[in-house]
Amino acid sequence: MQLNRDDLIQAYRTMATIRRFEERVQDEFSKGAIPGFVHLYAGQEASAVGVCSHLGDGDVIASTHRGHGHSIAKGCDVTGMMLELFGRQGGLCGGKGGSMHIADLDRGMLGANGIVGGGPPLVVGAALTAKTLGRKTVAVAFTGDGASNQGTTFEALNLAVVLQLPAIFVFENNQYGEGTGAAYAVGSRDIAGRARGFGLPAVKVDGDDFFAVHEAAREAIERARAGGGPSALEVETCRFYGHHSGDAQLYRAKDETRRLREEHDCLKHFRRRVQEAGLLDPPELDTADADVAALIERAIAAAQAAPPPDPAALMTDVYLSY
Amino acid sequence: MSAAIVALTMPQWGLTMTEGKVAEWLKPEGAALVPGDELVEIETSKITNAMEVEQPGVLRRITAPAGTTLPVGALLAVIAEADVADAEIDRFVAGFVAPVAEAETTAEPAAAPAMLEGAFGRLRYLEAGSGPGVPVVLLHGLGADLGGWMFTQPALAEGRRTIALDLPGHGGSDKDVGPGDPARFIDAIADALDRLGIDRAHLVGHSLGGAMAAGLARRQPERVAGLTLIAPAGVAPEINDAFIQGFVQASRRKDVAAVLALLVYHPALVSRSMVEDVLRYKRLDGVAEAMARIAQVWFPGGRQAHLLVAEAAASGVRMQVIWGREDRVIPAAQAEALASAERHVLEGAGHMPHMEKAAEVNRLIARFLAAGA
Amino acid sequence: MPMKTIRQALNEALAQEMRRDPRVVVIGEDVAGGAGTPGQRDAYGGVLGVTKGLIGEFGPERVIDTPITESAIMGAAAGAAATGLRPVAELMFSDFFGVCFDQIYNQAAKFRYMFGGKATTPLVIRTMIGAGRSAAAQHSQSPYHVFTSVPGLKCVIPSNAYDAKGLLIQAIRDDDPVIFCEHKLMYDLRAEVPDEAYTIPFGEANVVRDGEDVTIVALARMVHYAAEAAEALAKEGIDCELIDPRTTSPLDTDTILDSVARTGRLVVVDEGTPRCGVAADIAALVAEHAFAALRAPIRRVTAPHTPVPFAPSLEKLYIPSVGSIAQAVHDTYGYGR
Repeated sequence: MQLNRDDLIQAYRTMATIRRFEERVQDEFSKGAIPGFVHLYAGQEASAVGVCSHLGDGDVIASTHRGHGHSIAKGCDVTGMMLELFGRQGGLCGGKGGSMHIADLDRGMLGANGIVGGGPPLVVGAALTAKTLGRKTVAVAFTGDGASNQGTTFEALNLAVVLQLPAIFVFENNQYGEGTGAAYAVGSRDIAGRARGFGLPAVKVDGDDFFAVHEAAREAIERARAGGGPSALEVETCRFYGHHSGDAQLYRAKDETRRLREEHDCLKHFRRRVQEAGLLDPPELDTADADVAALIERAIAAAQAAPPPDPAALMTDVYLSY
Repeated sequence: MSAAIVALTMPQWGLTMTEGKVAEWLKPEGAALVPGDELVEIETSKITNAMEVEQPGVLRRITAPAGTTLPVGALLAVIAEADVADAEIDRFVAGFVAPVAEAETTAEPAAAPAMLEGAFGRLRYLEAGSGPGVPVVLLHGLGADLGGWMFTQPALAEGRRTIALDLPGHGGSDKDVGPGDPARFIDAIADALDRLGIDRAHLVGHSLGGAMAAGLARRQPERVAGLTLIAPAGVAPEINDAFIQGFVQASRRKDVAAVLALLVYHPALVSRSMVEDVLRYKRLDGVAEAMARIAQVWFPGGRQAHLLVAEAAASGVRMQVIWGREDRVIPAAQAEALASAERHVLEGAGHMPHMEKAAEVNRLIARFLAAGA
Repeated sequence: MPMKTIRQALNEALAQEMRRDPRVVVIGEDVAGGAGTPGQRDAYGGVLGVTKGLIGEFGPERVIDTPITESAIMGAAAGAAATGLRPVAELMFSDFFGVCFDQIYNQAAKFRYMFGGKATTPLVIRTMIGAGRSAAAQHSQSPYHVFTSVPGLKCVIPSNAYDAKGLLIQAIRDDDPVIFCEHKLMYDLRAEVPDEAYTIPFGEANVVRDGEDVTIVALARMVHYAAEAAEALAKEGIDCELIDPRTTSPLDTDTILDSVARTGRLVVVDEGTPRCGVAADIAALVAEHAFAALRAPIRRVTAPHTPVPFAPSLEKLYIPSVGSIAQAVHDTYGYGR
C-alpha cells in the first residue's frame, strides 16, 4: 500500500497522540492524580501505528499491560481512556478496568491485559471467529519479549498454525521484561526465529522505522486476510520510561534513556523521513503536534472534572444476567 | 357362587402408570356400597384420585390395606353380597390371579401416542377403542395435554373410536401456534380430523378446548354430533386473570404449584409429579411464546375475547355443559347462560371435574352419547 | 417419553444448538479425534464419547480438534466468545484447570467487569469431574468449588440426563461464561429426556424429594447416594428433603433456606474436599441466614482433605458413601432428642 499524504499525517498524528498522552500521564501520575500502576508506551509508537493503520474496526487486537499505544492506534477514544486512567465516571470501562484493562470491543480492541502472555490465546480465538464466520478480518496479538517466554504464547502460536488462522503475533522487543534483560531471558535471543520454529513466517523489523513496520505488517495482514494463515513480527524497539511509571530503572545503562530518545525516537525518525522525501512540511507536523497537545489537555481536564464511579457500579457488570 | 364375587383391582390411570399406592379406604369392611360412592383413594406418581363403587354390594374384604403399593391389576378388595360365605371369599382371594403377569406376555402393548403431519405442523394424538359408536374427540385446555383425559378416554373407548389430541403449542405437538387465534386452532383441529378420517364426532372439550370444540361446531355443524363442554371458555367474558397470567409466567416449582392449586377443589390432587410435568412442559422451546400468544389473543386484558360457546349455543348445536361448583378459573355460574344446553354443576369439584369427579363426568358423557345415538 | 443416558442427552443438546445457531462450535482435544492419523475421523468423539458424530453433521470447521494445549483452547474459546462465536470448549478433565486457569478466571470471567459491561462472553467449558474410576489424584477431582468462587463464572453440575440436556442448552444460550461439570461415572445414567430442545434456568434447585425432618443438599453423583440414603431412612421414619442445587453459581439459596426453615436440620453432601468447598459454603449460608431455625449442628459429608487415592479400596473410603450420609442424618436427627 502506497501511503498518501492523508495517511501520513494521520499516522503521525496518532503516534504523536500516543507520545503526548504518555508524557502527560507520566506528569499526572507523578503528581498522584492517577491511581494504581501505569506502564508507558512512549518510544514504541511506530509499532502500534505501523500495524494498526492496516486494520479496521472489524479487525481485533489484544494488547498488553503497556496498552495505551495500541488502544489509541486502534481508535479508542482518548478522553474515555484518560477518564479510565483517572478512575472516573465515563471512563472507557466505567472506571472498573483502569490502565491495564482498557478495552473497546466496538473498535476491535479486545483489551490491554494484566497478564503477560494473556493476549495471544485470545487472539487465536478472535481469529477463529473470523475464519468460522467467514469474515475477512484478522486478529493481532501485540505482545513482547517478556511474553515470548510464556507457555501461553507458545500454545497460541502452535494452535494458530494448526488451525491456519488469520492471526498476527507482534512481539515488541523493547529489550526488557520488567527489570531483566531480553538478552538474558530470551534463551535463543531470537524471537522471530522462535516463532518460525512453530511454522509461522516471521520477520524482524526495526521499530524506529514506521515505514519498515508498516510494510512488514502489510505483508502479514494481507496474507492472513487472503487465507494464508498466521505470521509473526519481531519489532525491535525501546521504551523511554521504566517498566512502570516510577520505576527507578536501576537496570539501565548510564545515559541509556537519553541516548534512546536521541537516537531511537520513532517520531523524530518519521519527521526526518517525510521531510527528506518532501511528503510533509514541518508546519503541518507542528500543527498536528499542537492539535494533539490540545486534545490531551482537554482529556486531562475532563478527567479531573469527572466524578468517581457511582457506588452502585461496584456490583454491576459481573454477569449479563445472574 | 363366585359369579357374585367381584374383584376390585388397582386401576391404570394414564399411559405411564405401572403401580399405585392405596392411600386411604373411604369405606370400612362390611359397608354396604352404592354405585357412585367413593371407595378408596389411590395415589400414583402423577395423581391421587378416588375409585368409585360401580355396582352395589358389600365391601367384604380389603386385601390391600392403606399404605400398600401394588402393580396395576392387583387385587385391592373383594365385593360381594352379604349372603356369600366367608369361605367363598377366602377361596376367591386365594385363587385370584392378577392379570398383569399374563398381560405382559399376551396382551397388546399399551397404546402409545402417535404423531400426524398436519397442515399447521405435527400434532400428537392418542387413539383408543373401536366400534360402531360415534367417535369421540377430546380437546384439552390451556397448558394441558392429552394426558389430562387419563380417566375419561378409557371409559369412553368401549365400542367407539376415541382420539385425544394435543392442541398446537401443547404436549407433544409442535409449539408454533402461528397467530394463536381461534381460526388457527379450529383449522388445525379440522385438518387433524380429516387426516384421521373422522367425518363426524362427538367433541369433548375442556376449558379452552371447549371453546375450540364449540368453534368447530359452528364452522362445520355437519361434522359435530354433539358437544360435551367441561368448564368451557367462550361462554362469557369473565375469567380468572390471575390464573391465566400465573400459568403463563410461572417458571419455578413453587409458583407452578400455587397456580395449579387454583385448578382443583382438593389441593391434594395436585401431586409433585403434576407440577414437575407442567414445569417440564413449560421449559420446552416455543412454549413460553405459545402460552403468551394464546393468553394475549384469547384473554386480552383479563377478559375472554372469543365467546365461541355462546355463539354455538345460539346456533342450536346439541350440547351439554359440565362445571365444578368450586371452579376458581371460570365461574360455574356461567353455565346458567346456556339455556339450550343440558347443564350439570358438580359439587366438590373445581375447574377439573373430569379428573376430580371422573366417574360422574364419564357417566354424564356416556348418557349424553347414548341419548344422541 | 424416551429414556436417554446423560451422554446421549448432552450429545443431543450440542447437536440441537449447533443446528439452531451457526455460531456454536465445539473445540477441544479429541472432540472428534483421528485428525492427522491414517485411521478414521471421529475416532474418539470426546474421550468418553459425548461429542461422537457431531463432526459428521457439522464438519471440522465447527467440531474443532486441537492439539493437547489447554491454555490455547481456553483462551481461543474466550477470545472467540468475546468476538462473536458461542464456543463449547472441552477441558477433558477438570483437574487440568491448573494449566489453563488464567484464560478462564483472569480473562473470560473478568472481561465484562473489567471492560465496564461492554463485553459478552458466551462461553461454555464442559469438563469432567469425579472420583471412582481409580484415575488417581490428577484425573478424579471435583474442583467446582474453585469455579464457583470466581465472580463472573457460572458453575453447573447436573445429576441426571433430563437436567443435563436442559442445563447444557441453557449454558450454550447464556451470555456469560459457564463451567459445565460432568461426573465421569454418570454418563450412562438414564432418565426420561424430551426429544425437543428445552432449557432449565440457572439458580433453580431441584427438590428431588419432599420431607419434613432433615434437609439434605447434594450435588452430582452424591444426589443419587443421598436419595438412596433417604429411601432407607424413610423406612426408619426419618423423612428427608433432598435438594439438588443443579448450579452452584448462581445458587438457589431460597430453596435451601426455605427447606431448613421447615426441617431445622441440614446435611450437605459434596464429593469435593472439605476446606473452602461447596459444602462449607452452603453450611455458612445456612448458619448465617437460618441460624434461628436450626435445631442441630449442620453436618457436612465430604471427601477428606487428601488427594484422591488410586487403590480402589482407598478410593472407596475417600468418596462419601450412602452409609456416611445416613449416619450424618442420624446424628443431626438424633441431636437433642
